[in-house]
Amino acid sequence: MILLELLLGFLFIGCFSFGGAYGAIPLIREIVLFYGWIEEEKLSYMIAVSESTPGPIMVNLATYIGSTKAGVPGAVIATIAVILPAFLIVIVLTLLLKKLVENGVFQSMLGSLKSCVTGIVLATGAYMILVNCIGSVNTVSVDYAAIIMTVALGAIYFGSKKIIKNGMSPIILIFIAGIAGVFVYGW
Amino acid sequence: MKLLLELFLTFSRIGLFTFGGGYAMIPLIENICVTKKEWITHEEMMNITVIAESTPGPIAINCATFVGLKKKGVWGAFAATLGVILPSFIIILIISYFFDRFIEIKWVASAFKGIKIAVGILILDAAIRMILKMKKKPLPIVILSVAFIAMMLINIFALRISTIILMLAAALVGLFVYLIKQSKNKEVSQ
Repeated sequence: MILLELLLGFLFIGCFSFGGAYGAIPLIREIVLFYGWIEEEKLSYMIAVSESTPGPIMVNLATYIGSTKAGVPGAVIATIAVILPAFLIVIVLTLLLKKLVENGVFQSMLGSLKSCVTGIVLATGAYMILVNCIGSVNTVSVDYAAIIMTVALGAIYFGSKKIIKNGMSPIILIFIAGIAGVFVYGW
Repeated sequence: MKLLLELFLTFSRIGLFTFGGGYAMIPLIENICVTKKEWITHEEMMNITVIAESTPGPIAINCATFVGLKKKGVWGAFAATLGVILPSFIIILIISYFFDRFIEIKWVASAFKGIKIAVGILILDAAIRMILKMKKKPLPIVILSVAFIAMMLINIFALRISTIILMLAAALVGLFVYLIKQSKNKEVSQ
């Protein structure tokens, strides 16, 4: 029952995604691969599309995956599921438990949790770059073009932070990477 | 009713014009809800940002829910949240119908091969920004390093270990260290 899977999967993501959209990407990737909803490659394409279209990235991913798996009902269910925990938590926190957020026990657990999420996101980014450049354990294939593009795009993106205050926008990086891709891999 | 509609329309506009996810929305929400419409105070905005970062889920949803709730109770929260997601919901829904065919075009497929590389860099960048914001103390650094190594091993060897396990373990370690510190403080004060 795909609708039930979407509901449970995205409720789970909504409940455990700390640290904004990029904090949630490792978990989304895990759930998506667990249920086999879309391939890993398609997921990274959709991250770029979600980044380049308006709206929260996590919600965009939920809408897309829901829609490709089960049409409009799937999109509606996945989207509601991913936002429902945040919606309810804010209502409960605002109405009842304002003190909880400042509580020492809560903060100590949250602090460690954030460090852990940071490590997970770092590993996810590093692993994605690794797979782009040299493939996975089962299918090792060195892609020299990808290695050169990673170094060049990384230099442009991180270098721009030295020149402009917040660096270049992710959308511009995605755009440059797309053009580079067309030239490198052909049209 | 008029206020509900205004909440819905205002947050639709915020949802439609912010690219790059929730963090990009915060300055716009601040500008509209605090400065222009005076729906919430600057301090409330700061508080909700902390709550948003301390609770799971998309940050934009947390903010919209909070502002709506303040202005018009649960229905206000509902109107604002619906508003903030509706524009992107419609856009992504439309994209999802032609994306599979679109990606089969040769130059589009090539472009996305390049874009995949950008996504890796963006995720790495998100991690670096999280590290910069982190307190540089032994405990966070140890937890970060262990989580990084564990996650690398999980990815490389396709282990079936959920990231939730890592997160729960980290939270427990944090709690444990906090309790030890508390009991030590008590001993000192006695």
